[in-house]
Amino acid sequence: MTQQSRTSPAARGPGRRTVVGSMLGVGAAALAAPVLTACGGGPGSDPKTVTFGSNGADATPKSAYAALTSAFSKDSGLKVKTNTVDHDTFQKSITSYLQGTPDDVFTWFAGYRMRHFAKKRLCSPIDDVWETIGGGFSEATKQLCRGEDGKYYFVPLYNYPWAVFYRRSLFRERGYQVPRKWDEFVALAKRMKRDGLSPIASGYGGGDSWSVLGAFDYLNLRANGYDFHMRLMHGQVSWTDRRAARVLDLWRELTPYYQSGAGGRSWQDAAQSLLDKKSGMAVIGLFVGQQITDEKIRDDIDFFPFPEIDAAHGQDAVEAPTDGFMLSRRPRNADGARKFLEFLGSARAERQYMGVDPSNLAVHEKADTSSYNALQKKSARLIASARHISQFADRDSDPGFVATVLLPGLTQWLGHPDDGAGTLKRIESQRARFFTV
Amino acid sequence: MSSPPTAPHRPGRLGTGDRLFLTAVIGIPVLALLVLVWLPALASVALSFTSWDGIDLGDIHWTGLDNYHQILTNYPPFWPAVRHNVIWLLFTALLPTPFGIFLAYQLDKKIRFTRIYQTAIFLPMVLSLAVVGFIWEIIYNPDTGLLNSVLGTAGAGHPVDWLGDPDLNLWAVLVASGWRHTGYIMILYLAGLKGFDPALKEAAALDGANGRQTFLRVVFQALKPVNIIILVVTVMESLRAFDIVYVLGGGVGSKPGMELLSLLITDNIIGESGHIGYGSALAVVLLLVSLAAIGTFLVQTFRKEEQ
Repeated sequence: MTQQSRTSPAARGPGRRTVVGSMLGVGAAALAAPVLTACGGGPGSDPKTVTFGSNGADATPKSAYAALTSAFSKDSGLKVKTNTVDHDTFQKSITSYLQGTPDDVFTWFAGYRMRHFAKKRLCSPIDDVWETIGGGFSEATKQLCRGEDGKYYFVPLYNYPWAVFYRRSLFRERGYQVPRKWDEFVALAKRMKRDGLSPIASGYGGGDSWSVLGAFDYLNLRANGYDFHMRLMHGQVSWTDRRAARVLDLWRELTPYYQSGAGGRSWQDAAQSLLDKKSGMAVIGLFVGQQITDEKIRDDIDFFPFPEIDAAHGQDAVEAPTDGFMLSRRPRNADGARKFLEFLGSARAERQYMGVDPSNLAVHEKADTSSYNALQKKSARLIASARHISQFADRDSDPGFVATVLLPGLTQWLGHPDDGAGTLKRIESQRARFFTV
Repeated sequence: MSSPPTAPHRPGRLGTGDRLFLTAVIGIPVLALLVLVWLPALASVALSFTSWDGIDLGDIHWTGLDNYHQILTNYPPFWPAVRHNVIWLLFTALLPTPFGIFLAYQLDKKIRFTRIYQTAIFLPMVLSLAVVGFIWEIIYNPDTGLLNSVLGTAGAGHPVDWLGDPDLNLWAVLVASGWRHTGYIMILYLAGLKGFDPALKEAAALDGANGRQTFLRVVFQALKPVNIIILVVTVMESLRAFDIVYVLGGGVGSKPGMELLSLLITDNIIGESGHIGYGSALAVVLLLVSLAAIGTFLVQTFRKEEQ
């Protein structure tokens, strides 16, 4: 402004107009920009490129997906343009992402969570892809990939089990026995606490509150069985049911042995305390292996299935979330995207991925498992032996219900695990908003 | 602006070009304001009486006042959120704001290195919020955090869970927020003090006023316009408080102990299963509260001015 007031009076008028005018131009361009980008995304874009939206932003999955896409490019001559978004952000923005101009193929989760978008027609059916890849998958897997209308919407890549992880050498040094029943489990935790360990590694701070759901799911699966768990998750049973109350009662027996300060710790730090032998056990998924940097420790990590609570249900259910891919509503390069999905559903793609990220299990039946480490082999056996496979609370239920009702309720309760009935009542009060009761 | 005597037009009349220019200058911003501010605001109000998942326009169902009824009577985090917003406002108005004014007054005196102090105190405002969140996460971390290390609680196995404990985390976040707010208020007030006529201070000193009296009776009174700005800024910042809680809560929405109205809105609107109507109703509640707070204050101020 000071510069301008020094110019001659004659030049002032038009000078100011030009400035204001050009500012308006910029403003108008900014207003028009969203419209323009929306136009650019119509069908008939570059037939040599497939776009791929990935939530694998951590180092290991990122390079594993890169290995996948470059293998596909070499095979098909099609270029894959990957658009990587942080895992949590990807989930948060998925609805608007799918309604805007999403990438042709995107990463997602099997089960209830996939069916939601299939029902809303925000993704395309891929029955034709399954004609090619169908032979490679078990019936249980196929079920996970179908929507409510019976059409396929999902290509699975890998799954991983949740279990109770521990370090073999720690158990050997201290003479701990792997518990099979609930009472043995609680007794072991008590003994670990006496030995100066944090018995159960725990970190659900920041964005990691989902990590408490593993214990919740298993307690419910073991105490009340798979059918009740699924009905509860689908909003068909009241949360004030005495069986749900029993889950919190059982959990309360365990909470004194949780690592303290858990509400402000990340799951990664909790996992690290297990690797450092400061914690004795952790209820977590096989992805805990992504935290391992020293290969010697990898051989020392082992797990046991979550202990039996009710003999009627034994250890018959395994929580094994399945990740994979979907096709967006109006892919720009439909043919290329289908070719890419066919590749992703092949045994070769599985090998490419597992070669980089050994913390998951291939879902494809003909996938090469010879390179599996001991933990992967044991995980595969665990899943194969299961009568029921659940996905995970936030995948078996309405994710909004889990994120805004169940998780705040459970994490608050974990801080002061006394008023279980009040917690369940608060959760129940919101059920009708998310499910048609 | 006066036109030159040789101008073909009579003074006071505008040519076609001028008119077009004025229409464009006024019309485009008004249009932008309507489309970008008023239309969404009114749409939110309208949507607050409906239930909608945010996907198909055909799925919008009219539900009347049901959303409001649900929020007021059957939404567990609502009243805690209101309480936290009030605590936020009181805390910010009573501690960081007066402290910022105090710092500004001290730094306005001719002390050495005043520029360095000013920069240091204002720095939190300059940092991006992601960085601020990161800094405080490191301070509050239960295992390796600065606070727990200084207190000696980290190694003992019983760290204070600053961000996880629902009874503590709001205060932990308020400290982080106050840290930013102080610098902001300081700069605003310092700008006011720079334009303050030093003769008034000298006159006060001649009349025998001490430092405290000079500030309270003379400086503070004379800087009334700045005081109003600061109060409005404080009230607004407190009611729309969102970003730092969101970042320190891990970016996944409201957490127990840290519920705020703004977070409840995004809880319901962003995410996989959107409850646009419900979230809009919460937004309308926040809008009404903000309008009431700011409106009352401004009306009172201007009424006093008129008298």
